[in-house]
Amino acid sequence: MCLAVPMKVVDIEGDRATAQIGDVTRQIGLALVPDVQVGDYVVVHAGFAIHRLDEQEALETLELFAQMAHFDEQAEQGKTS
Amino acid sequence: MKFIDEFRDPAAARGWVRALHDVASRCGEVTFMEVCGTHTMSIYRHGIRRLLPDNVKLLSGPGCPVCVTPNGYMDHAIALARQPGFVITTFGDMVRVPGSSSSLQNERARGADVRVVYSTLDALAVAKKMPERQVVFLGVGFETTSPTVAAALLEAERDGLTNFSVLEAGKVIPPAMEALVSDGQLRLSGFLCPGHVSMVIGSDAYQPLARRSGLPCVVGGFEALDVLQAIVMLVQQVADRRAEVEVAYRRVVSAQGNAAARAIMDEVFEVVDTEWRGIGTIPGSGLAIRPRYGAHDAARFDVAIEPLREHPGCACGEILRGLKSPFDCRLFASACTPDTPVGACMVSTEGTCAAAYRYGRNEDG
Repeated sequence: MCLAVPMKVVDIEGDRATAQIGDVTRQIGLALVPDVQVGDYVVVHAGFAIHRLDEQEALETLELFAQMAHFDEQAEQGKTS
Repeated sequence: MKFIDEFRDPAAARGWVRALHDVASRCGEVTFMEVCGTHTMSIYRHGIRRLLPDNVKLLSGPGCPVCVTPNGYMDHAIALARQPGFVITTFGDMVRVPGSSSSLQNERARGADVRVVYSTLDALAVAKKMPERQVVFLGVGFETTSPTVAAALLEAERDGLTNFSVLEAGKVIPPAMEALVSDGQLRLSGFLCPGHVSMVIGSDAYQPLARRSGLPCVVGGFEALDVLQAIVMLVQQVADRRAEVEVAYRRVVSAQGNAAARAIMDEVFEVVDTEWRGIGTIPGSGLAIRPRYGAHDAARFDVAIEPLREHPGCACGEILRGLKSPFDCRLFASACTPDTPVGACMVSTEGTCAAAYRYGRNEDG
């Protein structure tokens, strides 16, 4: 059961936090990621933060994906020229 | 939505599909198993099978915790539901799974108190609000979920709750992958490893498997681009004749995983041999509550469980092992549908048959 969602931590109180995605806000448990800070993104599953999201890695992955989009454009242009 | 929308760019998807066709031209027929039920759903939802080159096949595996939970567990849950004063709290898909003769949904219709919860924390809240009732949580799931069950049990212990317990049936993924490889009936070229289980266990958990089996293991995420990237990396490994553990889903999966979550699991659970529907008993693949937390173990209640009965014709077992597809099951889309499920694979939101029924019937599955 791998359903999990990246959410932003906006408030922390003990071992509970308020987390947000889009317009949705919910309370989550922090017992599994004890050193989380307000402003961090965490992956939330079944009401708990399971892991912090590494923003640097996310940006590098997006950079790679942007290159793939460019790769496709170039290949398309190669076909029509 | 941040960290979601950006991973759905169609132009990048086209780039990955192009890259996939390129790299696939350098190898023969390959078959990868996507272990995780959420990957099965993701692959169907994004129409990824249709985008694959002819020589690349994907096979669904036993990564649906509800699907691999045997009938006997459902019968036990039903027996508890029938006890006066008991409240059964559970994740949603368990409610409609057929046991030997009934289901939790049927029991609810007959007056049992069965409540769907999103989180074990919600189950704890029910126990705190109703001290006169015995609240049982159905602890089904893999390593993404089991830490949340353990955390709730520890909180119950800490807060002195005497009316909260768990009927534990959590399972551990890597031994099941080993069992499939040793099976010998499956011809696999590699594994698409579960993204969120790997957040907890770390990608290093697959090193022994990759070494022993000589199969590439790539940990993938769940957005369309994540899945495509992981498949490209798998094919690349085959073309390069490598059998390594690689992580595509780098924004949340590290080599070491979440040590705090594993420590909590280890505090509450011990690893045991357990039965997987369709596969049989896999050594070291299940979790049981340690004796020191026995006060929160719902197995301590002495209830009469009905004799076990499996449904003839149900092919869930073979489907979970990748030996049959839903379309090979003679009950699929006739006697067994999402409205009238016979087997767990059709009920669960991550079941192979549910995915095939919802998304796969107009393509070649």
